[in-house]
Amino acid sequence: MIDLRDRLVLALGERDGIPAPALAACIESVGGRVVYAATECFV
Amino acid sequence: MRTARFAVAHVPGLVLSGSKPRRDIQAAGGAEVRAALCGALRSFEGAVGYPPHQVVLGTLAPEALREIPRPWHLQPVAGARPEGPGGVMIDELGFHAWLARADTARLVQFDETFAEEVRARAGNLQISTMGAADLRRAIERRAEPLYLGGHRLIGVVNPAHDEDESLAAPVLLENLAAKVTGALALRCLLDGAGEDPRAAADEPVDYLIGCGEEAVGDRYQRGGGNLAKAMGELAGVRSAGAADIKAFCAGPLHGLLMAGALVASGVWRRVVVVAGGSLAKLGMKSRGHLVAGYPVLEDVIVGMAIDVVADDGRSPLLRIDTAAVHRIADGTAPHQMAQVLTAAPLRAAGLKLGDVDRYAVELHNPDITEPAGSGDVPARNYQMIAALAAQAGEIARSEVPAFAEAHGMPGFSPTQGHIASAVAYLHHAVAGLTQGSFSRVQLVAKGSLFLGRMTELADGVSILLERNPAGESERRAR
Repeated sequence: MIDLRDRLVLALGERDGIPAPALAACIESVGGRVVYAATECFV
Repeated sequence: MRTARFAVAHVPGLVLSGSKPRRDIQAAGGAEVRAALCGALRSFEGAVGYPPHQVVLGTLAPEALREIPRPWHLQPVAGARPEGPGGVMIDELGFHAWLARADTARLVQFDETFAEEVRARAGNLQISTMGAADLRRAIERRAEPLYLGGHRLIGVVNPAHDEDESLAAPVLLENLAAKVTGALALRCLLDGAGEDPRAAADEPVDYLIGCGEEAVGDRYQRGGGNLAKAMGELAGVRSAGAADIKAFCAGPLHGLLMAGALVASGVWRRVVVVAGGSLAKLGMKSRGHLVAGYPVLEDVIVGMAIDVVADDGRSPLLRIDTAAVHRIADGTAPHQMAQVLTAAPLRAAGLKLGDVDRYAVELHNPDITEPAGSGDVPARNYQMIAALAAQAGEIARSEVPAFAEAHGMPGFSPTQGHIASAVAYLHHAVAGLTQGSFSRVQLVAKGSLFLGRMTELADGVSILLERNPAGESERRAR
């Protein structure tokens, strides 16, 4: 388990995986600070 | 939905003009990258015999790929031909002949030797030529070079304007490649290539809906569009009006939905949904292919055309009443997308997930995506649909793998974005719903809107294709 409180986080999502807004919501819910979030499509 | 046809242009020389190879070649160490790419290009025979390409051409069922050991490029189909009931495949010379025909602005120039080779194949085409020294000078003035097989410089595409980035030579080549492959697929459909005489040009096309991913326009209307009309002109269609629909990879299913609505409402009698292929995606995953010792597998540009007419008593019914679109307020996590696009519309129609014989999802060829670390995209999609079936209580959790295999298929489509997104299966869907035993096929496409940085939203569309009940009673009577 990683403690993300007060950590700066880059959230890179994937179209057929977890999109960036969902990653960001999870990170912020445990006290992390999302400094960059983007979803990419790898096909 | 009467039929679908695909045009596969094998253009290894244009791999160098793909977005990823272009960037890698321009970076430090680019000469080595270029040499490695050129050393890993396939012959036309190799591309024709590639089993996934034979699936696109309709001579091999997608499910047959399960019996062929991977990687598939090591298992060429014996006696493979560059044509089948699902479409045609052309080589570089054939592509450049079409490029010359498509070049209404006279921006493409070939060297004289190559022009003669094209004329010998394609008849007395009007081809603009220049000498080797002039070709090199044109490239210095930002013309885009055209190579045959990666090594031989055979011509250039000139920029249409000195200062307009929307009319730069690489952009124009992308748009011309889309125009050529879309027009070729349309011509193939109208000529009734293959075994289906009902696809012959016996009735005028009223309307063309373009749905590719290229942006056609100048600096004041970048992406102005209506490439469909240019494709129709090149394909010799005179009767049709046209417009484009843009929705990333989901464009073709949005187009199919609107084509069905236009025909069902009586606005038009015959609508063809048409799209050219994506030159930018050539060599997109090539770095992974080179590391794995594969040839460059993204060496084809694929166009497609889908024929939509009023109910003819035989063709599969496009159930526009069961269509679903991903709405703005719907969530974009994969399980939310799958719920909105598969389970929800089926439930509304009184159907279960298991009532669909095949789901046509993102059908990217895993031999292309896995060496580059992108995984097996269709397998992930089928896993999600099967999980929804388990969640709905249709199957036990232990039956998820069996459900995914029974209602899915191996990926086979070239990584051509909008082509891979459900529609690559359409020839087989029609065959299964007319000659085969299928009752229903659901088409499920997704689009990555977030890539344009205008929204964080994704997009999606689904439509059900159903066996025509009139055709079924006729079949039983026989």
